[in-house]
Amino acid sequence: MGDWLTPDEWTAVRLSVRVGLVATLVSLPFGVAVALLLARGRFWGREVLNGLVHLPLILPPVVTGYLLLLAFGRKGPIGAFLEPFGIVFAFRWTGAALACGVMAFPLMVRSIRLSVEAVDRRLEEAAGTLGAPPVATFALVTLPLILPGVVAGTILAFAKAMGEFGATITFVSNIPGETQTLPTAIYSLLQVPGGETGAMRLTLVSIGIALGALVVSELVGRRIARRIAGG
Amino acid sequence: MSLAVTLSHDFGGFRLDAAFEAPGGVTAIFGRSGSGKTTIINAIAGLLRPDAGRIVVDGTVLLDTAAAIFVPVHRRGVGYVFQEGRLFPHLTVRQNLGFGRWFAPRGTHPVDRRRITAMLALEPLLDRRPARLSGGEKQRVAIGRALLAAPRLLLMDEPLAALDAARKEEVLPYLERLRDEVRVPILYVSHAFAEVARLANTVVALEAGRVVHAGPAAEVLADPALFPASDEQASVTLTARHLGDAGDGLSELALSGGRLLVPALATPPGSRLRVRIRARDIVIATRRPEAISALNVLEARVARIGDGDGAGASVEIALEVGADRLVARITRRSLGALGLRPGLACFALIKSVAVGSGDLAAFTERDA
Repeated sequence: MGDWLTPDEWTAVRLSVRVGLVATLVSLPFGVAVALLLARGRFWGREVLNGLVHLPLILPPVVTGYLLLLAFGRKGPIGAFLEPFGIVFAFRWTGAALACGVMAFPLMVRSIRLSVEAVDRRLEEAAGTLGAPPVATFALVTLPLILPGVVAGTILAFAKAMGEFGATITFVSNIPGETQTLPTAIYSLLQVPGGETGAMRLTLVSIGIALGALVVSELVGRRIARRIAGG
Repeated sequence: MSLAVTLSHDFGGFRLDAAFEAPGGVTAIFGRSGSGKTTIINAIAGLLRPDAGRIVVDGTVLLDTAAAIFVPVHRRGVGYVFQEGRLFPHLTVRQNLGFGRWFAPRGTHPVDRRRITAMLALEPLLDRRPARLSGGEKQRVAIGRALLAAPRLLLMDEPLAALDAARKEEVLPYLERLRDEVRVPILYVSHAFAEVARLANTVVALEAGRVVHAGPAAEVLADPALFPASDEQASVTLTARHLGDAGDGLSELALSGGRLLVPALATPPGSRLRVRIRARDIVIATRRPEAISALNVLEARVARIGDGDGAGASVEIALEVGADRLVARITRRSLGALGLRPGLACFALIKSVAVGSGDLAAFTERDA
């Protein structure tokens, strides 16, 4: 199997999936935390945090990518700080994951935040009267109740991360085998004569992955909804 | 057990200023909606931080604003049955019931899960989720869930208010068993006179954020001012001792101020009972009547005369019969014709057949 894609194309597919998964899974705990803060926190600067989180949704992706380059590049303040610890983002696949994660973050937070706001807080009070400390209440009551939103947000973020183009190519360029993901690979194939068939194959792969993610999210969401509705 | 509560809290426009003590058994906080009942038990549970107050359960201080003590909800050991059940929708009944168990502090008396499950008849429901339970079933599960967390005090906030009449009748017997079989003191919030009369040992009557009357249920509920004019079944519950068989299918009971003949009882002579007597079943006479069918003629004295329900035809009269209080509902016309006034000696007539088997219940040690 696999001979219907060239080795280079396979590399791009594998890299895309890896970048998408890493970007989504690493940002997930932060996404839940930020969604909780935004939905329930009453602190100074909440609106500022809200604005920051949503910025990548509004800014041109190229601008986001450039800002990432300025901050996380080898000479950027954060990049220079992290380099001695062996953490390098510039022109590495990790940088692609960072760019994708940042671009997908607002979508993830939005979805989780909506489900947090829908949680009946009186159930959390009830857990307290049964002796559950706040952390246990979160794990046993809040988290299961927001799970549909978390799943939806994760899938959405994964799909977005897989398709991210502008910020990725600006921040980490388009290096085959290192930072060339599906969209940038398709773009590159379209730049060379006779690349259309390769581009079409990768397009089909993209569609397949996106549809698969959608189906999985639908199935998981339905199962959770049925469990809560008591089917 | 002892519970001592002093609270004051300002809601902007409404002020709660209440102090009371609960001795154990079922203590009802009774009052109209908006009188501050739920605020009080939320403060006891730790769901609300009052402006000022002190709450002590069995010597443990849960709240003392003067000493800056506020024990968080989950460390209070206070169970709570909410009006709307608040079962966890994502857990089965079994998991809901087990929830509190994980957090019960070591050393607390382990609650017998099977006994509670049997008492509330939860066995057939264990594998269902809350969405597939009826309202009455939900409340039974909520009660079981609260009990299984081994609380030292159980708060119940109008647990029957969200149910229709039939469901109420379905759940009430379970609450009576709870009162009689489980050694957990209960603070029961309600605006329903009938429920309070049926369940409570002690009543704290609340009006506009203030305690207007507190004490043994029989005494407080005989206050005509609290008597619900709209409730045809409104009654007073007395305690009596079973003297024995009186022939003709009757049993004789001793009240503090006389004898009462009721349809024959199954309980052994000597046992103590609760007797419910409806206000509308009592006839008042100012002279001892003769040649009447009513078997019970008790010497009484008019204690208080209620305000009635405005333009309505009826009025409630509180009567002293020995150490007990009865409430009779008569017409305004009779009140005027008999010239009743506080202190007047009179007779209370009660038909034996007016006291049905549902009005007689065995008295358990919990009531003492």
